[in-house]
Amino acid sequence: MKVGLFVPCYVDQFYPKVAIATYELLQKLGCDVRFPMKQTCCGQPMANSGYEHLTTGCDANFIANFAEFDYIVSPSGSCTLHVKDHLHDDKNEQLAAQIRTRVFELTEFITDVLKIEKIQGNFPHRVGMHESCHGQRMLKLSQMSELNAPYFSKPGQLLSGIKGLELVSLKRKDECCGFGGTFCVTEEAVSAKMGLDRVKDHENQNVEYITGGDMSCLMHLEGILKRQKSQVKIIHIAEILNSI
Amino acid sequence: MSSKDDILEKIKQNQPSSISELPDLDSLGLDTHENLDKYKAVLKSIGGDFVEVKDYDDVISYINNNYNAKKRKITTLPELAEIAATNWTNDDPHSLENVELTIVKAHFGVAENAALWVTDELLGQRVSVFIAQYLAIVVNKKDLVPTMHRAYERIGNQEYGFGTFIAGPSKTADIEQSLVLGAHGARGLIVFLMD
Amino acid sequence: MTGNIIEHSKAAETFNKDIKREEWHDETLWMVREKRDKAAFQLPEWELLRETASQIKNNVLSNNHQYLQDFEEQAKKNGIIVHWAADGAEHNKIVHSIMEKHGVKQIVKSKSMLTEECHLNEYLTEKGIDVIDSDLGERIVQLRKEAPSHIVLPAVHLKKEDVSETFHENIGTEKGNIDPKYLTEAARHHLRNIFLTRKIALTGVNFAIAETGEFVVCTNEGNADMGVHLADVHIACMGFEKIIPQRKHLGVFLRLLARSATGQPITTYSSHFKKPADGKEIHIVIVDNGRSTQLGREDFRNSLKCIRCGACMNTCPVYRRSGGHSYHNAVAGPIGSILAPNLDMSKNADLPFASTLCGSCTNVCPVKIDIHQQLYKWRQLLVKEGYTPKSKTIAMKAMSSVLANPVIFDFAGKTVRFVMQKAPGLVNNSFNPWYKQREMPAPPEESFRDWYKKNSRESKEKNNEQ
Repeated sequence: MKVGLFVPCYVDQFYPKVAIATYELLQKLGCDVRFPMKQTCCGQPMANSGYEHLTTGCDANFIANFAEFDYIVSPSGSCTLHVKDHLHDDKNEQLAAQIRTRVFELTEFITDVLKIEKIQGNFPHRVGMHESCHGQRMLKLSQMSELNAPYFSKPGQLLSGIKGLELVSLKRKDECCGFGGTFCVTEEAVSAKMGLDRVKDHENQNVEYITGGDMSCLMHLEGILKRQKSQVKIIHIAEILNSI
Repeated sequence: MSSKDDILEKIKQNQPSSISELPDLDSLGLDTHENLDKYKAVLKSIGGDFVEVKDYDDVISYINNNYNAKKRKITTLPELAEIAATNWTNDDPHSLENVELTIVKAHFGVAENAALWVTDELLGQRVSVFIAQYLAIVVNKKDLVPTMHRAYERIGNQEYGFGTFIAGPSKTADIEQSLVLGAHGARGLIVFLMD
Repeated sequence: MTGNIIEHSKAAETFNKDIKREEWHDETLWMVREKRDKAAFQLPEWELLRETASQIKNNVLSNNHQYLQDFEEQAKKNGIIVHWAADGAEHNKIVHSIMEKHGVKQIVKSKSMLTEECHLNEYLTEKGIDVIDSDLGERIVQLRKEAPSHIVLPAVHLKKEDVSETFHENIGTEKGNIDPKYLTEAARHHLRNIFLTRKIALTGVNFAIAETGEFVVCTNEGNADMGVHLADVHIACMGFEKIIPQRKHLGVFLRLLARSATGQPITTYSSHFKKPADGKEIHIVIVDNGRSTQLGREDFRNSLKCIRCGACMNTCPVYRRSGGHSYHNAVAGPIGSILAPNLDMSKNADLPFASTLCGSCTNVCPVKIDIHQQLYKWRQLLVKEGYTPKSKTIAMKAMSSVLANPVIFDFAGKTVRFVMQKAPGLVNNSFNPWYKQREMPAPPEESFRDWYKKNSRESKEKNNEQ
């Protein structure tokens, strides 16, 4: 199967090692992975700000780059969600609808499509898992704390095979980090406080690393950690799983 | 066009074109927990109290031992006439201002939330169960249903001018989330669970 | 933004200046969310209950026209006097006219968010009516001349010390006595006098039953009942969306309401009003005030399913950290943010953006309103209608051109990284809101696509072919 690697725009420019880890991991798991060079952005920053109507260019570019692939995989819950929910093409809505069914976030691709239960890797550290809202509540990557329903976690399941990794329990399991796209600057006070509170929850558990499936959340938390000159480091789940 | 016509016309224009089906309620409230035990546990957790009694003599005895004889008590139960007044139901409700204890009977109780269903015919006057400093309600143990679904089945098409579910004493947590019993209604509720 | 309304983000910034207080507010409401969780998880059929309630309310939305007529017919048969108000102003006039007819100049009220929405208290006060709110939380904010900050917990933003001071100044309690029991007892006496002397009492309506013409009022304090049973006239005010089809449906809603709101299995009192007591009157005022417009908005009509439990506010990380007043509306938080723009898009354009779209609200909502999706859709509509600042539109247009074009995108990315490396001060300064409390990400030497060009299997294959 041909897998197209869909890298969030800011990961491409600011966190290339996350994309590298994703690329290497998918190859190790037996996928024929390619990164279409002309990809840009899914359009979410504009759409979430109310400018969905300005995303036709991004949509068209996405379709042009990814139509040929059997699966499109991204190390980002929120970008995946945006494409799944909002990819459109006035000229070929059927193709757009079809492509929406082929887009997957990295961990759900591994568990649901590759049907791999655990990744035998190595990461002997104390880690806190940040559940990104879009991934968790919308893509249903793991069970949300609001529902009276059985617990499950696709990323958690994959991490359970990682040797030495100690996953801590947080006081507020799935509270939002406060990034929220342009929210992080338009509502700076609340955004930063939400991030500070998340960081404190992890620090109270003496974690060495905070991980998660979305660099947007992690970038926001990292900004706060660095400002505090904290010893806690950020690592994307792809990088942990890539220790396979 | 009156406002009523205006409003109804707007609603008619704007509501969705097809009617969504009503769901059936048959698969709700099918749990079979032990009603009495559950009722007692929930009642305590919401600040109420209970006494298990065989008959009205037990009730009289309990009230004599636990409530000040000099304070005013009213009831709608003829069986309790020796300890509480029964001739107040046509009085001005404001005259009940000094009532210490009101004792009434409930139609039935609901185990999941310890609520008791009372209507006009059991209240004497609507204000009787709210204005008293303390409230006591008698309910038969066999008249406990598990959930609100069974409660409304039991109420069925019952005719009443006023009815209320009473669950525990009056309460508030409006001051810094501190729970205080006895806001404006009864400061305490005792339920006589009768055999 | 019009008038002297403070935009949410500015109000939130002020709210966060007192960090200790903000943290206390956040922790307090989080605990209420935890109580809801505990109650919800005790019912194995909780999710089925939510789905059932949602479907009942969907049915109501699609059949409101009929149900309201059924309700009026039944209510009238039972001796209830029914009024209809197209908007808040008409609602206020109706309430006042009932009072005038009885020659009464004093009224006692129990909680009604609808009357807050219509600004009834101000209207009546101007007409020389003495209005007393009897719900303890509402009485506290009334004495402080503030609006309630939460639809279920009106005084949740106040500490014991605040209440103590207010009571000392207004009802003569001991200065500095902050014991909640003492303060509540004082309120009990103060309000008991009010109940005993008011001839007209006003309540809200939690549910109105089309089948029987009765309506239900839920309280923990018993203040609604104390007011109405001692008065001669009971005025009940409801938004028309409060209608439900049949009496048995109360079983579903009464199981969900208090558990969602405060984690209690049911409120202390759930009073069903069907007929006035002998010699007394019950009036019901059915209010539109923009609801029929919202009903016509396909994307937003589900917001009318709301049963006013407040669960969405308790779970919202933004509400907890900004407080109800920052939403400048009677109903705040997530549900307020999808209801208010319908009333006035200009005044309320900030609200749908006061969210990270985390979706927690949608999943605690007992009637499954798709709140976070409506927040997203309101954003699109507000931009389309021109209620966002021009500067934002210009910036977004620029962003969309950059992000749609791979060449420009790559170039822009390189440029930004270059500037951040060589001249970080251009980015790391007080003009950059991100930088206020966070470091910027470290700019890497090369982007992923740069790496891919050199190191990927695909690129190596291409190079070998050449």
